[in-house]
Amino acid sequence: MNPAESSRPRRPLSPLVWLCLGLTALVLWNVVSNPAFLAVTLRDGHVYGVPIDIFTQASRTMLVALGMTLVIATGGVDLSVGSVVAIAGAVCALTLGHGAGLPLTIAAAIAVGAAAGAVNGLLVARLAIQPIVATLILMVAGRGIAQLLSGGQVLIIADKSFEFLANGFVLGLPFAPLLVAALFLAAHLALRRSALGLFIEAAGDNETASRFAGLAAARIKWLVYVFSGACAGLAGVLTASNIRAADANRAGENAELDAIFAVVVGGTALTGGRFSILGTFLGALLIQTLATTMYYRGVPPAVAPVPKALLIVAVSLLQSEKLRNRISALWRKPRKVAA
Amino acid sequence: MANAPLLQLRGLTKRFLGVTALSAVDFTARAGEIHALLGENGAGKSTLIKVLTGIHVPDCGSIALSGQPIAPRSPKDAEAAGISTVYQEVNLIRALSVAENIALGRQPGRFGFLNWRAIRRHAREALARLEIECDVDAELGSLSIALQQMVAIARALDLRARLLVLDEPTASLDQKEVAELFKVMRRLRGEGLGIIFVTHFLDQVYAVCERITVLRNGQLVGEYPTAELPKLALVGKMLGREVADESGRAPAQSAPATNPAAGAAPPVLEARGLGRRHAVEGVDLALRRGEVTGLAGLLGSGRTETARLLFGVDRAESGEIRIHDRVVRLGSPRDAAQLGLGFCSEDRKSEGILPNLSVRENLIFALQAKRGAWHTLSRAEQTELCDRYIAALRIKTADAETPIKNLSGGNQQKVLLARWLATQPEVIILDEPTRGIDVGAKAEIEQLIARLRADGLAVLLISSEVEEIVRNCSHVLVLRERRPAGKIAGDEITPARLMQAMAGNA
Repeated sequence: MNPAESSRPRRPLSPLVWLCLGLTALVLWNVVSNPAFLAVTLRDGHVYGVPIDIFTQASRTMLVALGMTLVIATGGVDLSVGSVVAIAGAVCALTLGHGAGLPLTIAAAIAVGAAAGAVNGLLVARLAIQPIVATLILMVAGRGIAQLLSGGQVLIIADKSFEFLANGFVLGLPFAPLLVAALFLAAHLALRRSALGLFIEAAGDNETASRFAGLAAARIKWLVYVFSGACAGLAGVLTASNIRAADANRAGENAELDAIFAVVVGGTALTGGRFSILGTFLGALLIQTLATTMYYRGVPPAVAPVPKALLIVAVSLLQSEKLRNRISALWRKPRKVAA
Repeated sequence: MANAPLLQLRGLTKRFLGVTALSAVDFTARAGEIHALLGENGAGKSTLIKVLTGIHVPDCGSIALSGQPIAPRSPKDAEAAGISTVYQEVNLIRALSVAENIALGRQPGRFGFLNWRAIRRHAREALARLEIECDVDAELGSLSIALQQMVAIARALDLRARLLVLDEPTASLDQKEVAELFKVMRRLRGEGLGIIFVTHFLDQVYAVCERITVLRNGQLVGEYPTAELPKLALVGKMLGREVADESGRAPAQSAPATNPAAGAAPPVLEARGLGRRHAVEGVDLALRRGEVTGLAGLLGSGRTETARLLFGVDRAESGEIRIHDRVVRLGSPRDAAQLGLGFCSEDRKSEGILPNLSVRENLIFALQAKRGAWHTLSRAEQTELCDRYIAALRIKTADAETPIKNLSGGNQQKVLLARWLATQPEVIILDEPTRGIDVGAKAEIEQLIARLRADGLAVLLISSEVEEIVRNCSHVLVLRERRPAGKIAGDEITPARLMQAMAGNA
């Protein structure tokens, strides 16, 4: 390394900047063709409008992605979250069906999610099974468990207070996005004000070195899976509340893929290490905005995955250091590069 | 010897990004001879073997096999030319059978169908050549490491093989298994094969080798008939010191005179009969405040293994560790850190730095891990620690927020040292703290060690450089072939005494 370089560290442009640019561009494109895209109206003391829809729709993905962020930061991945969403939904239907109150129902769903995460974490952190394989087990088995719980039927949930969770309004604003935003803020504070965030990043950056420095890295890894399971459990509550039913087959379908995508778009690398909670939030928002755009443009659902795929390709390319270097080399005046 | 040269390397040079790994090395192996290739870390042994087996292409120089020039571009090329290699880690597929492993990549058969009978017969013949009895249908992973090694040799010994390269084949074998391997090696030698034997165990060299070639720092030190090179002289050649050098410490270097009070003080950390299978046995150590204790020995003598036991990375299977005369159980580095130990690993990259995290985060990490997640160091405390250690250890970095991977090796080492010093340890274990860093930084690290001693720490210094031990230590434990080979204290610590103990002539 030449001295000039080491004396002035070049901070790479934060991936958040790209994310914001992408989101803005997408919104602008929508506004140009449909000036009412950003319009928000007040009806019966509640706000309505496309942006509100986007936030409401995105809230469940955001929640799953919050847990996924930490798992990915340790260098792992949690494929089981979609199935955990379905299990949690079935648990809600059962507990409400047995006459339990709302707090107990929510607590039960989150606890079941956390328990599922604890099993994943045990496999990954203690038994050193590859995260993809370890969580694939529950991804496959989880749907079966949800079927078993719901007796193979879609269980209708008719409970006004339960419906409120995903569909209700507080002070004119939708409750679910508010709840999720509050959770993101709480998670951010808990991770960055304590040393937990540092421990997670260290375990993901170089697990052996973190262990040699006295960190109980296995416990950290176990904890992030528990957290991811709990997030998926709560997302399951919101999903069941949203459709007023527990659907073992469809609830949380592809939730793991959307969550992974949101995390990666948000600037957390799949190789582990640095993570960004805010990035994940914006990433989930971008995905949902894209999906809503497709919907408003009248793109047939069968074609809708194509733009999403293009977005993934674009993001992956932006994150490739090799490509970034090549592109910036185009701008720079050609000059000798020291070996 | 009447044997004609089988393999001749002339003027072999290989550079990696400006670092010269091999510099104009000559090497000759003869048919019907076992030839030891020796040298400490960074001597160039593995580069030489990788050039020979076509993994690296040399920058200049020539390779000739039986007088024919060859230029292997891949292990397959080398095999076709008659050079077969068995690596330290068995490079086979554990889930396949013995016969499949031996046939892998050259299965007899037609039209994509395998001829299983031929595969089994071939495997049986190959094993019979080594006089090994083993079920060719057994899954490889179910065999002992020694047998797996034999299978690897059987696989390597294609009928065309004229030269067999064994790269540290004995590292994970016990004594009986080593004897078995030697029997096979002698048998192959009798068949006229040339064998290149890379090992760290000098006794083994004297047991089977006719000739020794020593490399050091990428250069040829010399080729010697084993019978004419006493073990002590060999160690001198490997370490780059003449045995006649009895000068000992120059007065200017004898800084670490034993603290008179220290010798009587009870040790902070004491190990008694510490051991673990395949690692090290019977280590007795006492680390005292204000003393630098050295742990010396050749590569593979069990130095790092000892450090890993002391720091709880590996669990000791025998013996005990006492801290302040209380027996402690060290189940993990975390336990050790809580008890006031620190450990800078020799493998900075994989066991030391958190590469993408900042200097600040790396520096405070051990202290923060010791305090737990909730007793967070405030940003002001972190900055204060960083400022203090960056200044005290003269760490060269743009600022504390630079990722540590952007620092030079010496500065990374200083950050890792600071990481442990920030925890205010009572004992610090430094495994090769000056490896791979430049001369200036080396001197600074040694000054730091002197300061730690003066500050009352108990320091355990592991080093493969005899001079470094002599300059810094007041007590030395010498390890040899994974056992203690002698304790030396005070003015008796001279390069000559150390090397005698390392060679087993103490």
